[in-house]
Amino acid sequence: MRRCEMISVGAGPAGLAAAIEAARNGVEVLVFDENDRAGGQLFKQIHKFFGSEEHHAKERGFNIGYGFLEEAEKLGVVVSLSSAAMGIYENRTMNVLIRGRIEQVRAEKILIATGASENMIPFPGWTLPGIIGAGAAQTIANIHGIKPGENLLMVGSGNVGLVVAYQMLQAGCQVSAIIDAAPRIGGYEVHAAKVARYGVPFFMSHTITEAAGGKWVESATISQVDKEWKPIPGTEKKFELDTVCIAVGLNPMTQLLDMLGCKMVPVPSLGGRVPAHDLGQETSIPGIYVAGDTSGIEEASTAIIEGRIAGLAIARSLGYIDDSSFLEQRDRQLKSMVGLRSGSHGEARKIAKEYINAVMKG
Amino acid sequence: MRIDDHPILGTFEKGRKVSFVFDDEAMEGFEGEPIAVALRSNGVKIHRYTKRRNEPRGIFCAIGRCTDCIMVVDGTPNVRTCVEPLKEGSVIQTQVGAGPDVARN
Repeated sequence: MRRCEMISVGAGPAGLAAAIEAARNGVEVLVFDENDRAGGQLFKQIHKFFGSEEHHAKERGFNIGYGFLEEAEKLGVVVSLSSAAMGIYENRTMNVLIRGRIEQVRAEKILIATGASENMIPFPGWTLPGIIGAGAAQTIANIHGIKPGENLLMVGSGNVGLVVAYQMLQAGCQVSAIIDAAPRIGGYEVHAAKVARYGVPFFMSHTITEAAGGKWVESATISQVDKEWKPIPGTEKKFELDTVCIAVGLNPMTQLLDMLGCKMVPVPSLGGRVPAHDLGQETSIPGIYVAGDTSGIEEASTAIIEGRIAGLAIARSLGYIDDSSFLEQRDRQLKSMVGLRSGSHGEARKIAKEYINAVMKG
Repeated sequence: MRIDDHPILGTFEKGRKVSFVFDDEAMEGFEGEPIAVALRSNGVKIHRYTKRRNEPRGIFCAIGRCTDCIMVVDGTPNVRTCVEPLKEGSVIQTQVGAGPDVARN
């Protein structure tokens, strides 16, 4: 059995930030990722981040990704790609499927930074080819360089919906409309304004009621919804199109944590069931840590900070840094989080995170 | 279908051009790109038909998670084409139900 000091499951922003921070302090780190390239969703994010310089403001996601990979390599972090974590057992032992072979690995500390998966809403016709997750549209266009379709409808006006709609315009697609069952735009105004400048109409309090077509989607019908989110007859609008993108939120990928019986807390504002964790990102199972979307849906910039904190906490628990150095560095990270968890969008996440930390204390 | 000149990303780095076969039709794609991407750039949208209702399915998540895009690749059914790299001379077939030579229960 292979042994190491720390494993990160996931080489996205949270996993890489944790690996870098831990390795910088002397920890031997092994990172697994099921994809054939590292960086998680960072390489699909072609927009500029905002916030302050320490949050990589004005940098585009993929450049942040390249920076992380370079730093991790310099520090001797081993990143094993095409490596899917299949199971996690007692004593921090894992089975990992590495290019068709199952390997058993054991670590002193394991970080679960598996990210999130997309929510979906079913409606008549939703299984037709051409109806895809917004993440699929982003992957197809920004990584592989093809248009997912010529003319699309975006369902959902959160940041994913807004950002991906803009990316589709950049890719040369037409965006018929962005719709959302909520009465207000869910994402940041900056992102909404960019799409609006292209003349894309927004239909708020509207949901998709049907998609139709022979062998792939050819039209989509939307309807206004009442206060109980029920479609109002007679308000239907029909769009001729070849693609519908669904961007109705994300939920944490917690399967490995569930296998271990980690204490989970239902928190709707963080995307569903999230693992209870302390201010060092450790879960209810000693030696098991979480960071990024797995510990509650937020953003790449908060995932990076949570990852750094987890990396520091692991370095401390392995004896590479002392308590006072850990607390000083952790508090610096928490301070830089304040700006990201404030304002109209961040405040709810801040309160939710405080609740989760409180649950952990019991 | 392919994005030639992206305003942010410019041109896309791809492997060499290779030929492959989709349902008896000769096609071209780039080595190493996902099979689903090569098919899409050739206008293919339907990857399979479901077992019970014979409904068409195509790309859905594009990251190897949902398995909606599975096809028969070089005789092997249930291959996730959105994450399976294209090889020179690959023979790709629309999958019907569980695919060939697989117990249907």
